[in-house]
Amino acid sequence: MAAMFSQNPLMNGPNYSVNDAPRVNAPEGAREHRFDPYTDNGGSTLAIAGAEFAVMAGDTRLTSGYSINSRHHPKLFKIGGTTADQKDATIVLSVVGFAADGEALKEKLDAVCKMYRHRHGKPMSVKACAQRLSTILYQKRFFPYYAHAILGGLDEEGKGAVYSYDPVGSYEREQCRAGGAAASLIMPFLDNQVNFKNQHIPNSGEGHALQERERRPLTRNEVEVLVKDAFDGAVERHIEVGDGLQMMVITKDGIEEVLLPLKKD
Amino acid sequence: MPGFDFSNYNRNAALHARGVPLPKATSTGTTIVGCIYEGGVVIAADTRATSGPIVADKNCEKLHYIAPNIWCAGAGTAADTEFTTALISSQLELHSLSTGRKPRVVTCMTMLKQHLFRYQGHIGAYLVVAGVDPTGTHLFTVHAHGSTDKLPYVTMGSGSLAAMSVFETQWKPSLTQDEAVKLCADAIEAGIWNDLGSGSNVDVAIITGDKTTLRRNYIRPNERTQKLKSYAFPKGTTAVLNEKIIRKAELGNFVSVHELTEESGDKMEVDT
Repeated sequence: MAAMFSQNPLMNGPNYSVNDAPRVNAPEGAREHRFDPYTDNGGSTLAIAGAEFAVMAGDTRLTSGYSINSRHHPKLFKIGGTTADQKDATIVLSVVGFAADGEALKEKLDAVCKMYRHRHGKPMSVKACAQRLSTILYQKRFFPYYAHAILGGLDEEGKGAVYSYDPVGSYEREQCRAGGAAASLIMPFLDNQVNFKNQHIPNSGEGHALQERERRPLTRNEVEVLVKDAFDGAVERHIEVGDGLQMMVITKDGIEEVLLPLKKD
Repeated sequence: MPGFDFSNYNRNAALHARGVPLPKATSTGTTIVGCIYEGGVVIAADTRATSGPIVADKNCEKLHYIAPNIWCAGAGTAADTEFTTALISSQLELHSLSTGRKPRVVTCMTMLKQHLFRYQGHIGAYLVVAGVDPTGTHLFTVHAHGSTDKLPYVTMGSGSLAAMSVFETQWKPSLTQDEAVKLCADAIEAGIWNDLGSGSNVDVAIITGDKTTLRRNYIRPNERTQKLKSYAFPKGTTAVLNEKIIRKAELGNFVSVHELTEESGDKMEVDT
């Protein structure tokens, strides 16, 4: 009965518990049709920048609703290499959200990077690539790529760089970022373990005067351990995360790729 | 006025013509199954409870007690399966006491369906009812709207298709107890791996003429992976703004305290 007496004044009149009620002033027989171009394919991604490396990671499960479409569908893509296998690439793009849009975004950014290389005779810097990705996303402001993108690489000084985006191109360089379904589970863990948020130096003061634990760059091994533990934790509590963990480590010597198993339930 | 009630027909036809879709069936994540064998009946369930995409409980119990010889596996809204089975269990016990007979599975199933039908599907309980009584071995499914089925093997919940695919390829008319338990456990496992709404462990209940055996966590294929690092903080890491110490002995002044033994409950995951 509750649905019959809606609190929403706009819904008063003949009251239905469904959204697509008939339009009031529509001509006889007219019906509104809807096109649903987006799907949420679940999954989660994560990126952490180190002193002279960047680590990108994502699970490899592809879902729709309660179904698993694939247990191995990578969300990490090497960008801007000279060959099809991208073995000389230096930038990694991770995309999570709607898998088809992620794929399309990857193809577009990769093509742009390749064009840049042909025009200028040098590979694109991460900074330039990051700005270009923002432009690509904003170009589709009113029909967006339904994806949370993270771009990783090394900056001009050789330091690890991570750029994160919203679906319409707002971006920011960060120390670390989690994206996708389990972002809300992983991000607080990262704040605490990477940026040492809410951690203080014991006995360094009273109450608010307690000194914050000082930040220090993490080693590559420390970061890899954090990434694995973050995903093992996310798998325990999020149903759309699991099956496999794909991890890419970007160093001055190139990109190393690792594939690790995750729980499959 | 016997027969069907068609008084809503004109209204529904008018609504449908104006674009109101037919009611949509929903099911929340779970895999539950049941299977009859020669000598009894087996029911089984996974142990994952979800709210939306988040796992609310990794090891919950979906096998409910109705009577010593009747058990129920529940899918759908957790509170509804819990309360509905408890209510019917209570009524059945009183009925059994007043008649001086063992409760029957059909009685249980009929009480469940009449209760659920009265609430027109608003009580979201989807049940597999199984038991052995003086009239024989029985296995039923009861849907939230009140419909029931009587079959030799059944599945329900969001993992029902995965589980049924196991039954449809491996079930045979005569099974031993071990075969039936294995078949049910395999069907639940199909749900655990292939349905996102189901996961964690397999619970099994075996009901025969003389006794019921509940095998809690019969299979545990999803043990938590060990963390690579200790996340214990040094004492004093958290900022303290003010402090008041209540000793364990005084705790009883504020709340009621129950001492727990090792077996009295599921252990909590605690970092070392």
